[in-house]
Amino acid sequence: MKKLSARRRHPLAAVVVLFIALAACAGLYTAFAPADKAQADESAQSLAIEEGKKLYAVGCASCHGTGGQGTSDGPSLVGVGAAAVDFQVGTGRMPAQQPGAQVPRKKVIYSQAEIDQLAAYIASFGAGPSIPTKEEYSPEGADIAKGGELFRTNCAQCHNFTGKGGALSKGKYAPTLEGVSPKHIYEAMQTGPQNMPSFPDTTLTEKNKKDIIAYLDAVNSDDTVEPGGLSLGGLGPVSEGLFAWVFGLGGLIAVAVWVAARTAKAKKS
Amino acid sequence: MSTTTTSESRSRGKAPAGERVADWADGRLGIYSLAKANMRKIFPDHWSFMLGEVCLYTFLIIIITGVYLTLFFHPSMNEVTYHGSYVPLQGQLMSEAFNSTMHISFDVRGGLLIRQIHHWAALIFLAGMFVHMMRVFFTGAFRKPREVNWLFGFLLFVLGMFTGFTGYSLPDDLLSGTGVRFMEGAVLSVPVVGTYLSFFLFGGEFPGGDFVARFYSVHILLLPGIMLGLVVAHLILVFYHKHTQFAGPGKTNNNVVGMPLLPVYMAKAGGFFFLVFGVVAVISAIATINPIWSIGPYRADQVSTGAQPDWYMGFSEGLIRVMPGWEVNFAGHTLVLGVFIPLIIFPLVLVAIAVYPFIESWVTGDKREHHILDRPRNAPTRTAFGVAWITWYMVLLIGGGNDLWATHFHLSINAITWFVRIAFFVAPVLAFVITKRICLGLQRRDRDKVLHGRETGIIKRLPHGEFIEVHEPLSQEQLHTLTAHDQYEPAQIGPAVDENGVTRKIKASEKLRAKLSKAYYNEDSQIPKPTVEEYKEITSGHGHH
Repeated sequence: MKKLSARRRHPLAAVVVLFIALAACAGLYTAFAPADKAQADESAQSLAIEEGKKLYAVGCASCHGTGGQGTSDGPSLVGVGAAAVDFQVGTGRMPAQQPGAQVPRKKVIYSQAEIDQLAAYIASFGAGPSIPTKEEYSPEGADIAKGGELFRTNCAQCHNFTGKGGALSKGKYAPTLEGVSPKHIYEAMQTGPQNMPSFPDTTLTEKNKKDIIAYLDAVNSDDTVEPGGLSLGGLGPVSEGLFAWVFGLGGLIAVAVWVAARTAKAKKS
Repeated sequence: MSTTTTSESRSRGKAPAGERVADWADGRLGIYSLAKANMRKIFPDHWSFMLGEVCLYTFLIIIITGVYLTLFFHPSMNEVTYHGSYVPLQGQLMSEAFNSTMHISFDVRGGLLIRQIHHWAALIFLAGMFVHMMRVFFTGAFRKPREVNWLFGFLLFVLGMFTGFTGYSLPDDLLSGTGVRFMEGAVLSVPVVGTYLSFFLFGGEFPGGDFVARFYSVHILLLPGIMLGLVVAHLILVFYHKHTQFAGPGKTNNNVVGMPLLPVYMAKAGGFFFLVFGVVAVISAIATINPIWSIGPYRADQVSTGAQPDWYMGFSEGLIRVMPGWEVNFAGHTLVLGVFIPLIIFPLVLVAIAVYPFIESWVTGDKREHHILDRPRNAPTRTAFGVAWITWYMVLLIGGGNDLWATHFHLSINAITWFVRIAFFVAPVLAFVITKRICLGLQRRDRDKVLHGRETGIIKRLPHGEFIEVHEPLSQEQLHTLTAHDQYEPAQIGPAVDENGVTRKIKASEKLRAKLSKAYYNEDSQIPKPTVEEYKEITSGHGHH
């Protein structure tokens, strides 16, 4: 002890004491910290729900109620499932900006991690469709032609032949499907967001949904080949008629004016 | 000396080949007298006189491309499986008509371009006829002696609509099939005979297996045949009546000032044909029309939104879309007024403009020949009627495209429908009143220009400090042009008592006519032209700037 007390004023004494203290803390932490793997997963889930609950309280509760029971401003979220949340929030529709006939697609403000947390929380209200996996919605290997037939039978009456969108009553509308990711299309069919009817697997099987996604991928994406030139919005005869009047007849009238201005008459001066 | 010899040798020797061919033809066809009468035919110059040419040339383009399409099209509704080169339809069941149209679009060399030229030219042809008809209308070119030609032109427009409709239905795609179904619904709504008519048209229940073949005959033979005949008659009458011209110095009701058919107009018209073909071909090369591969084959259980007809049938679509779905049941029979009333209004919309020339000539009692065109402002009532009609037509077109108005302008489709329902009655009246006011305003401006000259924009300060704007008097030519139009007096009812003191019964039609005539020509409907005295007084320089 004498040795120790003799060196207590040594310049390095403070450093040594610090090391010992740190080592003790580290040892205590390793001893008491929850390190089990299974334990970690379960708590990640409850953590996600916990985090989701916080996000929900800030972004959603004012319309959907504090427990997802719904209010006069928003429907109940019991049983809508994670897929509905992933669609609504993932396409920017939710949180809604203002009440109206329909909530439009807009900029997504939550990260995918936050969306998953919200989805986990809302899914905990009651059982509903879960977020599809990549194997479920990936258009690879699906039957495009069959998808086209299914699309024309089930979807085209609102979304137009190739999914360019269309009007519904009183300001509601079927939005364009251009640039909508396969996952979101799958979720929309699964959950029937807003004014859309839902097409659960009993109506349109998983395979059918894949076919429809593959069809849309073929006819309404950036890679779609337009064999006839400009598609003019793909809206049918109205835009064609407008184009014929403006550029067709308009162009011909311009040519006629030009021809008539060049007359064989000898000009004065 | 040498000249004499050559001319002698020529007179003795053979005539040039061209002359011999012409002689041969003249001996058999009498072309010399025809050519003499018509080669120097004069046509006046104005761009709006070329609108008819646009129609003629697009009509020719449609015939030429149509013949090409018939070489590959199979007008049959037999069901086949698609095995062509367009992947998203592989293995789908479709009619042979659709299959062959797919074949034309993807597997026939130049097929898609020709199809697109055919279809674009059709839309432009109808648009051209519409504008041509309006040119004739607003300039009063339909007046005696051209009333019959006006009717020929009108018939061409109507037949063009139906030729277009039958052609549009031939590919048997989902869009046109919906259109045919629409038409069938209209036929069915006719009381008593509707169902019989429908069964007759389709050879049984819709869609059956016949309508494509039937529409095909109508589209490529019956209607174009009649139209071709009418086009020829239309042109013969243009030649016979000679072309109208706008008023101007040297232009009278008894002459035509312009350029001869040969060589000037032959070159111009020939060149213009190629320009028209060029514009149509460019448009067809850059823009898709009727992409049947996207639309898919017709199946009665499928339908798409945005299902409209081509633009010329759009107003009928509008009538149906905005009509309330009224239905009455009478003694076990259903009368679908929601469809039947639009079916009745459909021809009335067209007839309204067609009969106008006859109404005008009856009201005004004007039986003289007119070869000088009116400026629209100088016939305010007619111009106002024309604009009202166009407004009516456009309102219906808005109704026909109400879904696209809704999506593109973020409106409620119900609001648009109600707008169209009200505007159908109100908008033409408003358009009539406003147009008439504008015409009178323009007439006042003309009067002002004649009397006070053109505003030069030059401000002059007089020695005593007053500022005046210098007005430049119009040239003699301009004065003539602005004052060349006739001004009419309202037609009067003849004396009620004749010279023998016998009272005559005045018919109600006579009274109506006098009233209408007064509406046409009273002091509220025309601004008096400046008289020579007024002009002299004002330009004499006493007390005027």
